[in-house]
Amino acid sequence: MNLHSLTAHALLDLFKSGKASGQEAYQDVLGRIKEVDPKVKAYVRMSSHKPDYSGEFPIPIALKDNLCIKGEEITCASRILKGFHSPYDATVVEKVKTSGGTILGIVNMDEFAFGSSCETSCYGPTFNPWNLQCVPGGSSGGSAAAVAADEAIWALGSDTGGSIRQPASFCGIVGLKPTYGRVSRYGLIAFASSLDQIGPLTKDVRDCALLMNIISGHDERDSTSVNTPVPDYTKALINDVRGLKIGISKEAFGEGLDTEVRRSVQDALDLLKKLGAVIKEVSLPHTPYAVATYYIVATAEASSNLARFDGVRYGLRRQPALLRKNALVDMYEETRAAGFGDEAKRRIMLGTYALSSGYYDAYYLRGQKVRTLIKNDLDEVFKGCDVIVTPTSPTVAFKVGEKISDPLSMYLSDIYTITANLGGIPSISIPCGFSKSGLPIGLQLMAKAFNEETLLRVSYTYEQNTEWHTRKPKL
Amino acid sequence: MLLNKALFFPVFDDNILFMSVSREDVRYIAALARMDVPEDKLDGFAKNLADIVHYVEQLQKLDVEGVKPTSHAVPVGNVLRPDVVKPSLTHSQALSVAIEAKDGCFKVPLVIE
Repeated sequence: MNLHSLTAHALLDLFKSGKASGQEAYQDVLGRIKEVDPKVKAYVRMSSHKPDYSGEFPIPIALKDNLCIKGEEITCASRILKGFHSPYDATVVEKVKTSGGTILGIVNMDEFAFGSSCETSCYGPTFNPWNLQCVPGGSSGGSAAAVAADEAIWALGSDTGGSIRQPASFCGIVGLKPTYGRVSRYGLIAFASSLDQIGPLTKDVRDCALLMNIISGHDERDSTSVNTPVPDYTKALINDVRGLKIGISKEAFGEGLDTEVRRSVQDALDLLKKLGAVIKEVSLPHTPYAVATYYIVATAEASSNLARFDGVRYGLRRQPALLRKNALVDMYEETRAAGFGDEAKRRIMLGTYALSSGYYDAYYLRGQKVRTLIKNDLDEVFKGCDVIVTPTSPTVAFKVGEKISDPLSMYLSDIYTITANLGGIPSISIPCGFSKSGLPIGLQLMAKAFNEETLLRVSYTYEQNTEWHTRKPKL
Repeated sequence: MLLNKALFFPVFDDNILFMSVSREDVRYIAALARMDVPEDKLDGFAKNLADIVHYVEQLQKLDVEGVKPTSHAVPVGNVLRPDVVKPSLTHSQALSVAIEAKDGCFKVPLVIE
């Protein structure tokens, strides 16, 4: 039996009935990795964690290279962290281990999560299992590709501006960015602390709910984690959307949206309507400013967070052979020049600029104020709607190399996903079709803060009435 | 390195700022960020940054008079906990990641002559 091709809940049923074991599943997925990863290149290294298969959920999992695992090398796909072995577990890793999760390995990402294609990784790109000439999306491209290629049963990623949902969309799987504060960020190497959130990438919506049950909850080690009760998310898997109000934002269906993506999203809305949902047009007038706001707020926070990588304590250290002016400053400058890739440098410089004296008010402060306007738009719309539906990304997966030399066009790949991060609200991407070229298309749903259950309910209903999630890439 | 912070030239036109980013600007920002940028990369970064800065200037079109800035998606304040000793990383665990260590401390290049 091909255990690697199953969902986590299907595996759990087999474990319960004694037809398969956690160990068999783990070995089977390892075999699959050996077979297809030379083509997909989702993994950057295998885990040295020895699974014991005794827990409640012995599900083989892949973890993004920015989640700290005790004793493992964790690098954020950056040369500057090569050789860093984390002395502790991130809270989500601790939770996965406690649940019995069997860690397969560490998967690729854009360097420090700066990117939408996995191409800025110091290890080189990961490839889309549906078409190996295309990107898997990013920054959690390794997580998405591993799950889509059956090289993991499920995976964790992180999402700062769409880094879970856009790769989930490009790879034809389910990806959820939880409400800000729902999942502890302790042990997640920070990109933009007011936007980052860890979340699941899974083969279907039920698995998404199961993995959310494992990773959610308050953590006193993350002062921004929110202390509200965690529901049993599987209880939200109800095949019924009758009476639910779905808002379609007219701003999301403007120029730049691929016609095949538009058609698939429209078909999905028609189906939800047929199933009893009420569709209404809404307006989020400030969302066209979301990308610009994000690239100020996120880079400002990133330039501050990445100041810690300076060659003093851990990771890379470079020093000039000859003393120039100040040995310590020389070391900082040489280490950061050698350790960061071009996109990281670009974002650090942009953030430094936005925060620098004389430009703070015009850029950073203004960005924060526009963030308020975007949040207000969302609050207003959610007064009359349960969810907002948009495409996840304006296009299907693009070719490797197509956008890497034009940072701005790459940034626009996140045009629909960024809003949820700025607003701190939960958002999910689910498969809703394929292009003629055979690439997956994703449907994005957003809900009010802490309304993951509504997202899961609508997604589950859609999934029960379609078959997109059952298709597999040929590798 | 020359640190001249008046190197950006904002031109107001129709309430939109147009920025040019020069090689000197890139040098200045890189110095603030403690990052060496080699000469042959200055032009490329200057062009990228100019494109992005130009793109984000669309925010100048919006009226934000009286709007409060959002620094966090959920309202967060100081989070306090009882002052109780709990297990944490030991000294040697924390130092296990050190690039260079001496006498139980992280070792860095000479700072004071």
